[in-house]
Amino acid sequence: MNKLYGRLFLFPGLLTLIAIIIFPLLFTIALTFSNWSVANAGFDWVGGRNWAAMAVNERFWAAMLRLVPLSFLTVFIQYVLGFAIALVAWRGIAARRFFRVLWLVPMMTTPVVMSVVWKSIFNETVGPVNDVIVGLGFSPIAWLSETTPAVVAIMVAEIWQWTPFMFLLLLAGLLSLPREPFLAASIDGAGPVRTFLQVTLPMMAPVSIGAIIIRLIEASKIFDTVYAMTNGGPGSSTETPTYYIYLTGLRNFDLANGATLSITYLLVFIALLTIIAQVLTRLSKPRGV
Amino acid sequence: MLQSKFTRKRSGLVAITAASALMLGACAGEGESSGDAGLAPAVQEGVGAGYVVDYSQYGDAYAGTLTVTDVPGMCSYEEMSKKDYSGQNLRVLSHVPPVLGEPAELHARQFEELTGATVTVEQVPFPDIFSKSQLSFQTGVNAYDVIFGGSQWLGDFHSYYAVVPEVYLENSELADSTDLVKQIAQWNGETKLYSIDADRHYLKYRTDVYSDAVAQTAYQEAYGAELAVPTTWTEYNRQAQFFTDTYAGGGWSPTNQPEGIDFYGSVEVMARDNLMFSAFISRVAPYAKHPDVQGGFWFDENMVPQVNNPGFVRGLEDFVEAVNFVPPGYSSFGLAEEIGSFGKGEAMFSYTWDDAYVEANQASSLIRESVAAAPLPGAEEVWNRVSGEWETVSGGVNYAPYISWGWTAAVTEASPVKTLAFDYLCFFGNKANHTIDLTIGRFGVNPARAENFDAAFWTEQAGWAPQAAESYIDTLNTYETNTNRVFDLRVPGNGEFYTAMANGVAEALAGQKTPQDALDDVAAEWESIIERIGADAIKDSYQAVIRLEDNLD
Repeated sequence: MNKLYGRLFLFPGLLTLIAIIIFPLLFTIALTFSNWSVANAGFDWVGGRNWAAMAVNERFWAAMLRLVPLSFLTVFIQYVLGFAIALVAWRGIAARRFFRVLWLVPMMTTPVVMSVVWKSIFNETVGPVNDVIVGLGFSPIAWLSETTPAVVAIMVAEIWQWTPFMFLLLLAGLLSLPREPFLAASIDGAGPVRTFLQVTLPMMAPVSIGAIIIRLIEASKIFDTVYAMTNGGPGSSTETPTYYIYLTGLRNFDLANGATLSITYLLVFIALLTIIAQVLTRLSKPRGV
Repeated sequence: MLQSKFTRKRSGLVAITAASALMLGACAGEGESSGDAGLAPAVQEGVGAGYVVDYSQYGDAYAGTLTVTDVPGMCSYEEMSKKDYSGQNLRVLSHVPPVLGEPAELHARQFEELTGATVTVEQVPFPDIFSKSQLSFQTGVNAYDVIFGGSQWLGDFHSYYAVVPEVYLENSELADSTDLVKQIAQWNGETKLYSIDADRHYLKYRTDVYSDAVAQTAYQEAYGAELAVPTTWTEYNRQAQFFTDTYAGGGWSPTNQPEGIDFYGSVEVMARDNLMFSAFISRVAPYAKHPDVQGGFWFDENMVPQVNNPGFVRGLEDFVEAVNFVPPGYSSFGLAEEIGSFGKGEAMFSYTWDDAYVEANQASSLIRESVAAAPLPGAEEVWNRVSGEWETVSGGVNYAPYISWGWTAAVTEASPVKTLAFDYLCFFGNKANHTIDLTIGRFGVNPARAENFDAAFWTEQAGWAPQAAESYIDTLNTYETNTNRVFDLRVPGNGEFYTAMANGVAEALAGQKTPQDALDDVAAEWESIIERIGADAIKDSYQAVIRLEDNLD
């Protein structure tokens, strides 16, 4: 009887899980085998046609590759900067509380609004970045009209927005570290660099891996910054998978192909992030232990 | 027809998908606003014969706009104020302000005050109008009563639109629409679109460059040719490049150049997802639309895409060249940027819609006395897809103006408040509103009625310079009578076709691909779209486009 009650109490939760996770996922998978598009509203079975098209869709795979600078590199830079700022805050600076709040401001602003602000900052005619560059005697840069500068502009906006997130997690990690290893290192005569490399960094590994993985999951879905700053341009040079999926599924209303790309993206990133997490975990283990 | 495929079981699934997709769509950014629901009197005090329509009471943005007296008619302020729609809701899907979104919102507020109806105007970016409409139609949620959008979507949506009742066609201002506008509003003989605007691309240019003796001499010395308004895209590019370089070299600027504004040869819509496809079509049309070849501009008789034929490639090569003489930040230049840029005197040329021209002729414009209009440039030779050769037409220059869709509105077939919806559209386009809207460049409302084709209106009421008004009306009139016009691809999947084309063009502009490679890829994508949607369905719809192209109606 007690078992029955237990199962009954589980039922609402299970139902919710099915409704909001399992069903949409299965529905999306079913869509990938259909021809649901702007002119065909329904599950007309087309077998693996969408999957075959996805495999040779150069635009999609180019967008996936673009995540190397736009997501992976930005997360790495966010980690380095976030860690550096967290170390400064941890060590103690004047007006520490004020600076802690100040560093969190970018993360607390609305991404799409900040992207518009960054777009204005990088405006090629009236933007302050080019004003400074010209003031220094250099030629203005076509920030949003050429491929490399456009990628850099988006990276800057992303780094500015999300470094505070890294800072917050890493500072929490630093504050939770025990004091004894640092005292021991100090007694053994270790300098600040050696203490950082052999004590702080290894002890921060679990927090670091968690922070990096969380940010990678989010950063790989980069959409709002691209949408507001470049619309994927110039050409398609800043188009990311999520932006391309949005164009395919929602703008063109090619739901079947959009669903296929979404599921592919999901599978690729589950595999990729699993590998990255394992590699980072392995690297963070003390050697010889 | 399409909805009949749904079973009851599926409709539940669809509803959930729709909700998810609506949430996703919402994430893409939109603004929603509603007026003073339910508070407005059914009959506004002071609205009667001789009522003076003055937008300035709706905010500083309308200070100095034209005021006109209400014109009697079934859509007038006076007639609308006699109707009582209290307790009824109207859901409108429109473009983001200012282009069309602003008048849609303004007239919604006025309509609420007159009739007591509640009008909710949802304003979204241009491509999202399509996807939101499609979502509403395919899932059967019937989210909108009125949809403002481009006429090129008629191939996708005609079955979801209600036929415009005869009473509006015969007695409202629609009756005064030009023949071209009436044709565009029809699908298989039925009027499905409520026309509030008519669009065509044409050339706008700075007259103070052509009247400048220094500029004339410099150009003559450089090219051995007289400086004259370009009649071909080759001349357009040459002049734009020359004067960009001349200005950048220092020591010269157009006579009436506003202080502090740099000068460039041309400003063009080049932002990939922001109507750039339209600018590209104008660039391509005279190279690819042969006056003697009938049966299809976009596809041949076997539904083979023509988007990568040599005519299209030549047009794209010209377009790519333009990157060298447009203001910085070209890849972000959408229609709003083009309007602002030309309007403030930043460019020698502009083409696409009327809005930049109207902006440049507004009372506040610093270049008001220095602009004129002309037909779009043509081409010295045109590709004949049948003979497979470049040919020269009689007269030497092939003109092929692009009748670039035009803002239209439609009432959805599933709307429970069709009369209210048609009355709102009728009010939107009544004579008084239409007259004022025409003179506000950012509204995107352009001449569509016979009475608008009168230079005196533009000089006397809008205050334009005579040369600006006369060249404008002359230009528009040539488009009404030209028989080698290019129309939009009004077939199912229009959005997909245009998105693919815009992406290819953008890749060529950015230097990622050569024009030929970019358009070859577009053609390949078009073929896969045809395969997915069905060649027969597209071919059937395309016949209606061919009737317009080949002047068969």
